[in-house]
Amino acid sequence: MSALLVVVLALPAAGAMVAALLPGERAGRVAGTVAAALAFVASLLLWFDRSAGGTGVIRPWHEVDVAWAPALDLRFHLGVDGISYPLVVLTTLLTLLCCAYTVGHVPAGGRGSALVALLLVVEVGMLGTFLALDLVLFFVFFEVVLLPMYAVIAGWGGAGRRAAARKFALYTLFGSVLLLVGVFTVVASAGTADIVALTGGAALPRGTQHAAFALFAVAFAVKSPLWPLHTWLPAAHTQAPTVGSVILAGVLLKMGTYGLIRVAVGVAPEGARWAAPVLGTLAVAAIIVGALVCLAQSEIKRLIAYSSVGHMGFVLLGVATLTATGIQAALIGNVAHGILTGLLFFLAGAVKDRFGTGDLAALGGLRERMPGLSGLLGYAAIGSLGLPGLAGFWGEAFAVIAAVRRGGPLWLTLGVIAAVGGALTAAYFLRLLRRVTHGPASPVVAGAVCGPIARLEVAAWSPLVVLALAVGLVPALVLGMASEPVRAVAEWVAR
Amino acid sequence: MDAGWGLALPAVPFACALAAFFVNRRVAAALGIAGAAVSLALAIALAATVDTTAERSWQWVDLGGLNVTLGTRLEPTTTLVAVAVGVVALAVQVYSVPYLAGDDRYPPYAAQVSLFTAAMLLVVVAGDLILLLVGWEVMGICSYLLIGHDRRLPAAPAAAVKAFLVTRVGDVGFLLGIALLGTAAGSFRISDVLAAAATGPGNGPAGIGGGTLTAAAVLLLAGVAGKSAQFPLHTWLPDAMAGPTPISALIHAATMVAAGVYVVARLFPVFQGGDALPVLGVMAAVTMLLGALAATAQDDIKRVLAWSTVSQLGYMTGALAVGAPGVALFHLLTHAAFKALLFLAAGSVIHAVGTNSMAAMGGLRHRMPVTFWCLTIGLGALVGLPPLAGFWSKDAILAAAGESGWLLFSVGLLTVAGTAWYAVRLWLLVFFGRPRTEVHPHEPPAAMGVPVLVLAVPSAGLGLAVFIPAFRERFGIGAVHIDAAVLPPLAALAVGALTVWALWRRAPRTDPAFSLGPLRAAFANAFWVDAVQHALVVRPVRALAGAVRAADESVVDGAVEATGRGARALGGSLATAHRSGLPRAATAVLAGAVLAALAATVLGIAL
Repeated sequence: MSALLVVVLALPAAGAMVAALLPGERAGRVAGTVAAALAFVASLLLWFDRSAGGTGVIRPWHEVDVAWAPALDLRFHLGVDGISYPLVVLTTLLTLLCCAYTVGHVPAGGRGSALVALLLVVEVGMLGTFLALDLVLFFVFFEVVLLPMYAVIAGWGGAGRRAAARKFALYTLFGSVLLLVGVFTVVASAGTADIVALTGGAALPRGTQHAAFALFAVAFAVKSPLWPLHTWLPAAHTQAPTVGSVILAGVLLKMGTYGLIRVAVGVAPEGARWAAPVLGTLAVAAIIVGALVCLAQSEIKRLIAYSSVGHMGFVLLGVATLTATGIQAALIGNVAHGILTGLLFFLAGAVKDRFGTGDLAALGGLRERMPGLSGLLGYAAIGSLGLPGLAGFWGEAFAVIAAVRRGGPLWLTLGVIAAVGGALTAAYFLRLLRRVTHGPASPVVAGAVCGPIARLEVAAWSPLVVLALAVGLVPALVLGMASEPVRAVAEWVAR
Repeated sequence: MDAGWGLALPAVPFACALAAFFVNRRVAAALGIAGAAVSLALAIALAATVDTTAERSWQWVDLGGLNVTLGTRLEPTTTLVAVAVGVVALAVQVYSVPYLAGDDRYPPYAAQVSLFTAAMLLVVVAGDLILLLVGWEVMGICSYLLIGHDRRLPAAPAAAVKAFLVTRVGDVGFLLGIALLGTAAGSFRISDVLAAAATGPGNGPAGIGGGTLTAAAVLLLAGVAGKSAQFPLHTWLPDAMAGPTPISALIHAATMVAAGVYVVARLFPVFQGGDALPVLGVMAAVTMLLGALAATAQDDIKRVLAWSTVSQLGYMTGALAVGAPGVALFHLLTHAAFKALLFLAAGSVIHAVGTNSMAAMGGLRHRMPVTFWCLTIGLGALVGLPPLAGFWSKDAILAAAGESGWLLFSVGLLTVAGTAWYAVRLWLLVFFGRPRTEVHPHEPPAAMGVPVLVLAVPSAGLGLAVFIPAFRERFGIGAVHIDAAVLPPLAALAVGALTVWALWRRAPRTDPAFSLGPLRAAFANAFWVDAVQHALVVRPVRALAGAVRAADESVVDGAVEATGRGARALGGSLATAHRSGLPRAATAVLAGAVLAALAATVLGIAL
C-alpha cells in the first residue's frame, strides 16, 4: 500500500507531462483530466488498510522513507495520517473538478491543455506538501506550487492579471524565504529534518523553538493568509480564472494552515505556546476585518476572496487554542472552506462569464433570470455563513467553543468577538445575495445572452453541493480519523 | 414507543424537503402534505405512548473530548408541542396549494416549508444543545427564504434579511451560552447540562459555578429574545409580514417564535439557577405592552396580527419569568391554535379582497360568513373571552403573575385591555360597516376553508383541557378555580372592547385609531425602535465597514505596495549610479582603491 503514496504523486505529474506534450489541444485536456481522475481514485484507496505505524506523535498509516540525497542526508519521506488525509482527498477532488471543467470551458488567454498541465503540477506540489514528512521535502513541495500558479493567473486571468500574479508570487516568495530560514534553523539545531522524529522526539532548545515558530508562523500566515499579511489574496482571486480561484481558495490556502499544525506546532510546541495569544488575537482580528471589508465590498470575487480571510481566521483561532477541540475545528473548517468557497468561486465564475461583470451594483435579480444558478449561489452562501447542518458550521462554532473552553479573560474575549464575527459573516453573505439574486432583474442581467446551466457545470458543482451537506450532517467523515492524531498533537503541545 | 422515534419527527419532513426540490408542482405539494401528515401522526403516537421523560442518544461526533450526540429527549410536554407543530404545518401545507396557485416557484416553496417544519421539530425533540442549535438556525434561514419568497413585493428581500440578521445577532449570545454550558458540564447533552446546573458548584465535579450559570443564562436569553421577538430584538417580526400569509401563520403560530419560549421552558433549571428570570420578566413586560400598543394603530391586517404575536409572546415569557414554564407552554399551545387560525382566516380575507389594508375592507360578514365566524372565534380566543382557549391559558398566566409580584400582573392587565381594543377594532373594520372596495369578495376554496375550520376547533376548545387531570399533570399546572380572581382580566377586557365599540358607535365607519390623536404615530411606528436600531447599529456598522475597507486598501495593502515601489526605486537609483560616465566611474574606482588601502593600513596597524 505504501507504493500508493508515490502513485498518488506520480499520476498528476505524468498527466501534466502528457497534457503538455500531446499535440492535440483537446486531447491534452482530456488526458490531463483522466490523470486527475486516476489520482483521485488512488487517493481514495489510501483510506484502506489503516494501521497506525510507529510509536511517536505522528503515526502514518502508509509511509515511504527512502534516501534521496544521501550526501546531504536528505530523505524522501512521505506519509499519510488522519490529519493530512482529508486534505489529500480534497486536493485530488478539486483538481479533478477543475480539470473536468476546463475540458468544456477554456478561459481566454492560452491553450486549455497547458492550463490543465499547470493545474496538475500545482496538484503535485499541494499533495506533496500534505504528504511530506521531511522538512526539506516539505519545503520543496511548498515551492513547487508557486510558479505554475503564477502562470495560471498571469496566463488566463482578467485584465489586471500581470500585476496580480506578480504580487502573488513575490509576496508568497517572501513567506517562503522565512520558511526556508525556519527549516534550516530547525535542521541545524536538531540534526535531522524528519518531521516524525522532530514531533515527539527530543525537544529543541527553547530559544530555537521560539525563533523557529516565529519564522514558520509568519511564513504560513502569508499563505493562509492571516491578517495583516493577506493583501495578495484579493488581487490574485479577482484576476485568476475560475479554476485558478477554486484551487487557490480550495486547497492552496490550506497549505498554510496545515503547515501551521503539522510543522510549526508539531516541531516547535513550546514556541507555539509562547506565541498562541498573538496568533489568536490576529486570527480574531482577521475574522472581524475580513467581515467588515466584505460588508463594504462591491465586487463578487473580491468579496468571496475577503470572506476567505475571515474563514481562515476561524481556522487559525482553532489552531491557536492549541487544544484538541480547536485543532479538530480547524481541520474541519479547512475542509469545509475548501468545499464551500470552491463552490462559491465556481458560481461566481459562472455569473461573471454570463453577465460579463462581477460588480454588485450592476448585478441584480438573478433569480428572475436563472433561478437554478441563483438557488445554488444561495446554498453556497448559506453554507459559507456557517449554517448548522452544512459543512461550514462545525469549524466556526467549535473554534468559538474551543476558545471559550480554553478559558481565561483573553480567550473568552476572543471567543466572544469571533462569535460576533459570525453574525457579521451572515450580514455580508445576505447582502451579497440581496444584491445579486433578489429584486427585479438589472439591465445587465436582463439583457445578457446567456445559456442555462451546462451539463458540465452540473458535473463540476454537484460533488461540492453534496459534500457540503454530507460533511455538515456527518462531520465524522472528516473528523473520525483525525481524533487520535489530533489528540496526540494536543498532548504533545500541552506537555 | 421508543424515544428514538423522536428523531423520525424531523427526519421525515427533512427527507420530503430534499426530494421536493427536484420534482414538479403537484408532487412537491403532495410531498409537503405527506411529510407534515406523517410527522403529525408520529407525534400523536408518541404523545399517546410516552408520558414520562424518555431519552435516547447516539454518538454524533467527538471534538477533542467534547461529545456531541444525536439524540432525543422527550418530556411529557414535548410531544404535545410536536403535535401542535404538526397540525399547523399540515394546515399551512394544505392551505398553500390554492393560496399560491399562480406561483411558478412552488416546489422550492413547499420544500422550504417542509424544511422549516423539520427544523422546528428538531428543536422540539433535540436532546443535545448542538442538535438543538442546528434546528434553531435552520429555522432562521428558512424564515429568510420564505419571507423573501414573494418576488413582486419590493419590501420582501429587505424584510427577509432583517429577520435573519436580527435573530442572528441574538444567536451570537445563544452560541456563547451553549459553549459555556457545554464546556462547564463537559457535555452538550441536555440531561447532563441540567444535572450539572442543578448540582451547582462545590457539589461534585460536574456542577456549574453560579457566575458561569448566570452568564450562560443571560447569553441564552439574547438568542431567545431574537427568535421569540422579545424587546429589543422584536423588530424583525412585523416586517416578516412580507412573506406569504401561510408563512406568517407558520412563523407566528407554532414554529420559530415559539422556539425561544420552548427552549427556556426546556432548560428552565439553567435560567432559574442562573437568576436570569428577572431579566426575562422586564423583557416580557415591555414586550407585551409594546406589542399591544403597536397593534392598535396598524392599517395592515397582518401587521395587527404580527404585533399581537409580539404581545402574546410577552405573556409566555412573562409566565416563564414568574417560574411557571408549564403555563407558558400551555399558552404556547392555545396561541398556536388561534394565531394560526387568525392568520389563515386573514389570508382568506386578503385573498378575497386583494389587499392587506383594512381601510379597503369592511362589511365582509355577509359575503364571507364562515370566515367571519372563524375569525371571530380566533379573536375571541386572543382577547381571552371565556370559554375560548385563550381565556384559560392567559388566566393561568395572570394568576401566576399575581402571585409573584405586581409588575407583570399590572402590565398583563393593561395588555388585556389593549388586546381587546385592537382585536375589536380589527373585527369592526373588516366585517362591519359598508364595503369599501369594488371587488366582490367570496368564501375561499375548500382547501383553504377546511384548515381554517379545523383550526377553529382547538381555538375554541383547547383551553378546556385544563379540566383533564392528566393534561394538567403533564404541564404541571394546578387545578382551575373559577373565582373572583378571573374578574380583573375580564374587567380589563370589557374596558378595552367597550371603549373601541363606543368610538365606533359615535363615528361609524371611521377607524377608531384616529381617536388616538398624537399617540397614533407613536403606536403605528412602534415607538420608532426600528429607527433607533438603524441609527445605533446598522449605520455605524456600515460606516465602520467602509472605513475598514478603505484602511485595508490604503494602509495595509498600501504598505505592501509601498515596499514594492520602494524596492524598485532603490534598485533604480542604484542602477543609475552604476550607469555614470567613464571619468566619474574611474574616479570612483580610484577612490575605492584608496579607501581600501587606507582601511588595510589602519587595520594592519591596529593588528
